[in-house]
Amino acid sequence: MMEIGLTHYLAFAAALFTIGVFGIFVNRKNIIVILMSVEMILLAVNVNFVAFSVFLGDLVGQIFAMFVLTVAAAEAAVVLAILVVYFRNRGTIAVDDLNVLKG
Amino acid sequence: MNLASLTHDLAFMTPEVVIAIGAMLLVLIGAFVSKSAYRAITYLSVVVLLVAGFLGVQYAPDNAQILFNGSYVVDSFGGFAKLIIALTAACAILLSADYLAERNLEKPEYPVLALLAVLGMYVMVSAHDLLAVYMGVELQSLALYVLAAYARDDRKSSEAGLKYFVLGALSSGILLYGVSLIYGFTGTINFGKLLTIAKDSSNVGLIFGMVFVLSGIAFKMSVAPFHMWTPDVYEGAPTPSTAFFATAPKMAAAILLGRFLFEAFGEVVAQWRDVVSIMAVLSMFVGAIFALQQTNMKRLLAYSSILNMGYAMVAIAAGPVYGPSALLLFTAIYAITSVGMFGVLLSMRDAKGKEITNISGYSGLSKQRPLLSLALTIMFFSITGIPPLLGFFGKFQIFIAAVDGGVMPLALILVIASVISAFYYLRVLKVVWFDEPSVEIVGGLATTKVTVTGVTLMIALLTPFIGLIYTASMTAGHLFK
Repeated sequence: MMEIGLTHYLAFAAALFTIGVFGIFVNRKNIIVILMSVEMILLAVNVNFVAFSVFLGDLVGQIFAMFVLTVAAAEAAVVLAILVVYFRNRGTIAVDDLNVLKG
Repeated sequence: MNLASLTHDLAFMTPEVVIAIGAMLLVLIGAFVSKSAYRAITYLSVVVLLVAGFLGVQYAPDNAQILFNGSYVVDSFGGFAKLIIALTAACAILLSADYLAERNLEKPEYPVLALLAVLGMYVMVSAHDLLAVYMGVELQSLALYVLAAYARDDRKSSEAGLKYFVLGALSSGILLYGVSLIYGFTGTINFGKLLTIAKDSSNVGLIFGMVFVLSGIAFKMSVAPFHMWTPDVYEGAPTPSTAFFATAPKMAAAILLGRFLFEAFGEVVAQWRDVVSIMAVLSMFVGAIFALQQTNMKRLLAYSSILNMGYAMVAIAAGPVYGPSALLLFTAIYAITSVGMFGVLLSMRDAKGKEITNISGYSGLSKQRPLLSLALTIMFFSITGIPPLLGFFGKFQIFIAAVDGGVMPLALILVIASVISAFYYLRVLKVVWFDEPSVEIVGGLATTKVTVTGVTLMIALLTPFIGLIYTASMTAGHLFK
């Protein structure tokens, strides 16, 4: 049986973070998918914090993770409000239609 | 932590407490008295900011005070920045009053959100651990996203808000990932402890984390290669919001980056100097060259802010001995000039009251509005760095810092970028002074006029007092030695 150590957690978080970043840049479909990618990045960070916190035997990481969760919720509320306004104006939330501003 | 030390620490945070309580009171007034209170709330928020700005200086002790178990610091470096942030934010709120009223957007939320953003900036410039950095950055950003999307029925504005959010959230994510690496490889998030740990060990994880945090803050500063959002957001957001974005948040982010690198990594300058220098060179060139082809004034000013943040990066690259005072002086002068330029932009209205944002619309401005043209000329000369206007001294100080700090090539590139940028500023002035008028231009409304006049006089007449400002920034910047 393999022991799950700090490296595994870090690799998992790094993979999650990378998928999140790619989700923002490669995704050509839907703005909601971008929001999910943002959440994924924040969760990757939380995995890092909690793993480090446990392995260092220090509470700061877990407290930081709580703060990140709270701010992520506030962030979601703000962006969904903006998204509703955007949908009212444009009638679409496709990424390819984000093109009024270009230069 | 006992009650006595809590009250002691809170006393030093009076400016922040004033803004927080002010914002909460104003939102209550807005909720109960409704729309008619908009003007009163706007003016009250300006008063709150002015009070908080002067308290920021008043409460800045000569020796840095570390508060709340090392997570917050009050010093003259932050105090200087707080004064300028509050002043420029107050100007931006004044500029918004008439613009919003003309477009039926006069809701009390606007000044309240601006106040909350300023609170976030205060926390940013005074942060002494990475949790405080994160909370400050997020408080500021969440308020700014809403200000960008504030014109609800305008498709450009909501798109600007959305773009700002997506890239802003990505940058927060990058910053946080860096924080988690720093925490994991050192076991602390405190700047003071990081300084000693970074000195003793060349830890790869720590350096990785530092670069991630640096990139996250560079996003907020709109330094190339993280500048992509700037022109779009500047163009789409309502102009008073753009005026706000271009001034106080830029200064706060630059000061935050300075404090993070000088205070937590001041002993290992070699580890970050290359990264900062590359970013400085890139943004100076992006800002100078891409601005040449812009036809929209707001986009032009977006590239101008990228360029100026490139100069600020040169000051940071000069290191913790020579950098801080140049950084303070330059960003302060930049923020003041910038809010003035946006004041001129807001004064450009055609006969129907619609704003003119195309550079071609400025043709013959001097024949219709000579005073406004004069104000624009003074501001553009100042930001180009032509003596004896204020802008010259900021740039000169950075040049000196770069030479003394051992980054001579950056000083040369700064001069080259200044020359290129002079071309596009002067091109606008040529249109203003020498072309024939095309459309009738009606000047700005009351509060805009007051702000533009005030800022212009400041830029033109403060030169004799530059010694005073210079001394203030020098004393404030000498903390990191």
